[in-house]
Amino acid sequence: MIEHNLPALQVVIPLVAAPLCVVIRNARAVYGMTFVVAWLTFACAVALFIRVADSGDIVYAMGGWVAPWGIEYRVDQLSGFVLVLVAGMGAVVATWAPRGLAAEVAPSKRHLFWALYLLCLSGLLGIAITGDLFNVFVFLEISALSSYGLIALGGRRKALPAAFRYLIMGTIGATFILIGIGLMYMMTGTLNMADMATRLPVDGHRTVLVAFAFLTVGISLKAALFPLHAWLPDAYAYAPSTVSALLAATATKVSVYILLRFFLSVFGADFAFGGMGVGQILMVLAVVGMFVASAAAIFQGNLKRMLAYSSVAQIGYMVLGISLASTAGLTGGIVHLFNHGLIKGGMFMATGCILLRAGSVERDELAGIGKTMPWTMMAWTLGGLGLIGVPGTAGFVSKWYLLQAALEQGHVWLAVLLLLSSLLAVAYVWRVVEQAYFKKPAGIGVGAREAPLSMLLPTLVVIGLTLFFGFWTDFPAGAAGAAAESLLGGALMGGTS
Amino acid sequence: MRGHAILRVVSKLLIPYVLLFALYVQFHGDYGPGGGFQAGVIFAAAFILYGLIYGLSALRRAAPQRAVELISAVGVLIFAGTGIAAMLSGGEFLNYGAFSQDYTAQGQHLGIIIIELGVGVTVAAVMVLIYSTFAGRGRS
Repeated sequence: MIEHNLPALQVVIPLVAAPLCVVIRNARAVYGMTFVVAWLTFACAVALFIRVADSGDIVYAMGGWVAPWGIEYRVDQLSGFVLVLVAGMGAVVATWAPRGLAAEVAPSKRHLFWALYLLCLSGLLGIAITGDLFNVFVFLEISALSSYGLIALGGRRKALPAAFRYLIMGTIGATFILIGIGLMYMMTGTLNMADMATRLPVDGHRTVLVAFAFLTVGISLKAALFPLHAWLPDAYAYAPSTVSALLAATATKVSVYILLRFFLSVFGADFAFGGMGVGQILMVLAVVGMFVASAAAIFQGNLKRMLAYSSVAQIGYMVLGISLASTAGLTGGIVHLFNHGLIKGGMFMATGCILLRAGSVERDELAGIGKTMPWTMMAWTLGGLGLIGVPGTAGFVSKWYLLQAALEQGHVWLAVLLLLSSLLAVAYVWRVVEQAYFKKPAGIGVGAREAPLSMLLPTLVVIGLTLFFGFWTDFPAGAAGAAAESLLGGALMGGTS
Repeated sequence: MRGHAILRVVSKLLIPYVLLFALYVQFHGDYGPGGGFQAGVIFAAAFILYGLIYGLSALRRAAPQRAVELISAVGVLIFAGTGIAAMLSGGEFLNYGAFSQDYTAQGQHLGIIIIELGVGVTVAAVMVLIYSTFAGRGRS
């Protein structure tokens, strides 16, 4: 029974646990349940991933209603891969969270915090697992609404305008996506992705083009693709550290997943990248975003804001890979989606440790923090090396694929720009490293102690994984390659066109 | 609204019927127009009317904030629990057909009534919660 219902359980377990948090109310008991539930969810994701790798796509008919009439859950290579990332980071961040949360969120609100956390997690997982277009929108709203609430729980008053701004921009993005889905439903009479893919090439019909445009803009807004990224830095900077770590590792990645799904599974690569120049537009935006956001990151005094700007730049790398529309490019994009999720999640966790012990993440106040919090800063620095793409880190693997993809299509200039933008990453990582290791401990850097083990250990595990995946590329790169091939090769998941 | 005797008396007369009508919409939802959402909104409207006429503190005495919060979660649990019960009976999530061995339609009928009840409970509780939270801004 469990095996058959695994795709539903993937979403249902955290979804049921969320209202239970409100019923239980006791902060300790709620956390205990969240911890168990988050790891159970991860176990589901791993089981699904292994089953897909062994025996191909899994199809699950919600409520027994077979697609295209009912809602279908469908796990293929790509969605299995994203599920593992989202559920894994959800579990690790939940393990890491309690000490930091005690300092940031009032005890009376903690059970609500975990309810929102689980809702957000189930929304993100739902987006990745569903094979139904309208269902994507519903899960998008579940994850978005809960993350507005989570960000607003950040202690400082600035968290409120940040959450409100995200709410406005996120709602515009979701509305655009809904308009696009509505128009496509009008043209095809179906909401099932695979079914729609077989019906879609309604040749050059203007309504389909309009739907495509709405979807592209809406998803780009959600993914914080330059120049639609303005909501992201404040939201990540003022949210509680736990939320920054979770969202940075998963939320924008899931949006990139939606982009891949719509472009390649529903519309098909020929439609999405042929004729209209969407690939070129995305490529230009991605490259400009890499430079502008990295440059902005250099001048941020607040570590969390700096990492947030760096996230915008890294989204550029992922979209760049997609815009190349080749197997190598897609592999690079998808691997980077995974690797960056780990790296940025780990770095936000390390930054959260610093915030807990030093009470501030303003770079200028952290002189000599590398001596008082050696393990935390080591994790941060190793993560930073991953962002730069130093060989031996996971970041190198993804950039290597992207470079290959660029050279394969003869875009030498693109390869050069890729390397140049990595230099900007060197600059912003170095400014922190210099402050932490090469300055005499002063100010709050002196009084800080090493982070508690319950926070340090998960951080080190995540950062350790980024190093591990830098050497052992079978899993992320291998799985991403398989996902890329199935996306380009079959044009759609199990359909026939 | 202390001075408005007419409003107070009329609303006191109306509220029971509004609640009754909400229950009618709830339990007749599978045959006629209506269902959990509409019923929940109507049910909550009775409470909100009470709050408007008799004041927020009276409303909070009648429907304590904590209880309403709890009820809002319970409705979701009724809905999701039905889905899980369907899985335990051997069907897919929310496949109510699994509730009845002999007649699928009978199981579906039962399932619909239960999940609509869950919807109604949550919608009513959340509506009251939204009203009393906004009305109580700056007070608590």
